[in-house]
Amino acid sequence: MTEFVQHLINGFSLGSIYALVALGYTMVFGVLQLINFAHGEVFMTGAFVGYYSGRFLGFDRSPSFVGLLVTLGVSMMACSLLGLLIEKFAYRPLRRQPRINILITAVGVSLLLQFSGQLFFGSDPKFFPQVYKPEGTWEIGDLRINPLQVNVLFVSLSMMLVLQYIIFKTRVGRAMRAVSFDHDLARLMGIPTDRVISWTFMLGSALAGAAGVLVGLIYPKIEPFMGIVPGLKSFVAAILGGIGNVTGAFVGAIFLGLAEEFVVGYGASTYRDALAFIFLIVVLLIKPTGLFGRAGSEKV
Amino acid sequence: MSKRDMTVGTLLPINIGIGALAQIFGMMGLFCLIMTSGCTKKQTFEADNSDYIKVGEVGSMTGAEATFGISTHRGILLAFDEINKSGGIKGKKLKVVSLDDQGKPEEAATAITKLITQDKVVAVIGEVASSRSIAMAPIAQQNKIPMISPSSTNPKVTELGEYIFRVCFIDPFQGLVMARFAYENLKIKKVAVLRDSKNDYSVGLSDVFTESFKKVGGAIVEDKSYSAGDIDFKSQLTSIAAKNPEAIYVPGYYTDVGLIARQARELGIKVPLLGGDGWDSPKLKEIGGDNINGSYLSNHYSTEDQSPHVQRFIQSYKGLHNEAPDGLAALGYDAAKILAEALLRTTDESSPALRLAIAQTKNFQGVTGLITIDEKRNATKSAVVLKVDQGEFKYQTTIKP
Repeated sequence: MTEFVQHLINGFSLGSIYALVALGYTMVFGVLQLINFAHGEVFMTGAFVGYYSGRFLGFDRSPSFVGLLVTLGVSMMACSLLGLLIEKFAYRPLRRQPRINILITAVGVSLLLQFSGQLFFGSDPKFFPQVYKPEGTWEIGDLRINPLQVNVLFVSLSMMLVLQYIIFKTRVGRAMRAVSFDHDLARLMGIPTDRVISWTFMLGSALAGAAGVLVGLIYPKIEPFMGIVPGLKSFVAAILGGIGNVTGAFVGAIFLGLAEEFVVGYGASTYRDALAFIFLIVVLLIKPTGLFGRAGSEKV
Repeated sequence: MSKRDMTVGTLLPINIGIGALAQIFGMMGLFCLIMTSGCTKKQTFEADNSDYIKVGEVGSMTGAEATFGISTHRGILLAFDEINKSGGIKGKKLKVVSLDDQGKPEEAATAITKLITQDKVVAVIGEVASSRSIAMAPIAQQNKIPMISPSSTNPKVTELGEYIFRVCFIDPFQGLVMARFAYENLKIKKVAVLRDSKNDYSVGLSDVFTESFKKVGGAIVEDKSYSAGDIDFKSQLTSIAAKNPEAIYVPGYYTDVGLIARQARELGIKVPLLGGDGWDSPKLKEIGGDNINGSYLSNHYSTEDQSPHVQRFIQSYKGLHNEAPDGLAALGYDAAKILAEALLRTTDESSPALRLAIAQTKNFQGVTGLITIDEKRNATKSAVVLKVDQGEFKYQTTIKP
């Protein structure tokens, strides 16, 4: 029983990391209908910005909660800037082109960032500075909970709620929904669509940056290709939940994290990565729009 | 339209078709293709000069296991410098042409092809990792160029042809060493295994250890696997913890072992981890921190060995790089020295003659012990067991074949 509950805890913590990355995926898709493949690389950049800023500001020598917040802030800002640039230079010029062009560009941007990372950061793994060290681990009987993981789960959940709030309760959110509903119509109504799309990218990328720092803290080994697998898995999680849906992305990510955990724990650990895609295929066969997706027709 | 027309939580009504997904996954395929075709960097290049004997080297100078390649390279350079200072080989100086494989088997194959066909090297030293040596060996064999692996321990490596040698022991021995040490010295009866299923070295060593440990009388209570590059090992470790082993055998590379140790301690697993020479890197303690203390690894040599030739090597290395040489550096040094010594003994400059000279290496006094190349082109020699203590590798015992 203890083992089962421990697996449950591990699965939630893994899922909450996927969730942070998946939220950004889903937002960008919701507004642009674009799968931003470079999202995983923004996450990687976030981890490296955290690595350098944490060390530069000396938080690795005197860990504190403030250190974590500052590192998170720096990373999120740097990543939202990166998201802004990616959108401006790689995607905006192609907005009127066929969807496939922009998709290929996204793959290109992703590779560009990966190998630039290798160039600038070196490809040997780096040890992420422990900018925040909560006291020990929480022990409940034989259960072990790393407070950091609770933090990540909490951060993911609150980010989800914040996003929901932004999308449904603010003017920016309303503009986002309008742009996602009909790009041209929104512009006719006087909505600055370009700016809205930039905002969306910045918000999504900032989330990825936060995820990069938190992952670096929990799994302190970072390298330029660290974004590939989490990026793919989070993408799967977003589709599982119904892409374009914030709650769906969160639920899909937790679901995927738990599924992976239990497959490794009670079954064949070699099938971990295959599993994510088996789930994806099954869900899409049964419910093509994902768990929370709404039936609709593709606008052509 | 009012806000309520939207289902709460739905950002937009869409329908991803299977066709669109197929396109995406097509992209992924393309993406993977691009990922695997890098390019090899050349580190030294000079016009072909007949005053030199060119020796090739393939190693992971960059990538996840960069310390392996860098240490080995430094060991080789040190050996060649010493030989060149003492007059070289029959009046010619030795020169190493070093290529980086970024830690990828396919890159290693490309690199050795280039060394043989374009750089016309007389022999190749490399690789550290068994999976990469296995990718290189058929090419060396096909071109009849001797290849000496400093530290690939998987038995398959030298079975790939008569031109493939190694100067280290093989996994059947390394696995046995740890099995015997755990059972006899640590009095451990129950061990769990955690293997890297993507890595020839790790899989071979896990199998051998399992077999040997059962043979000496122990039990394997759990066998789980991960893939190199994973960052989350908690599910495997949780399952392992539930079986209450007295030790966990993790014959992986240092990059993953550091994280595994960290997460094991987080889950309250206090038993020692056991491993092999793949742990041997200064990075192990950087990533693992205090969590790796109290664990044991089998290795090729110990810096605490007081023999004069070992201490002399350590001093020269320290003088150049300000750090103690790890086992990989020592093996790189030995591989280079054995090759040089064979070059001295060859009757003519042909590959078959050089191959024969390497095969006849007997009782060569290397840093990592007395090296004799046996008929299977492997080195028979002792292994040492080291304990990680405050980030240092402390000598425990030597186990002879």
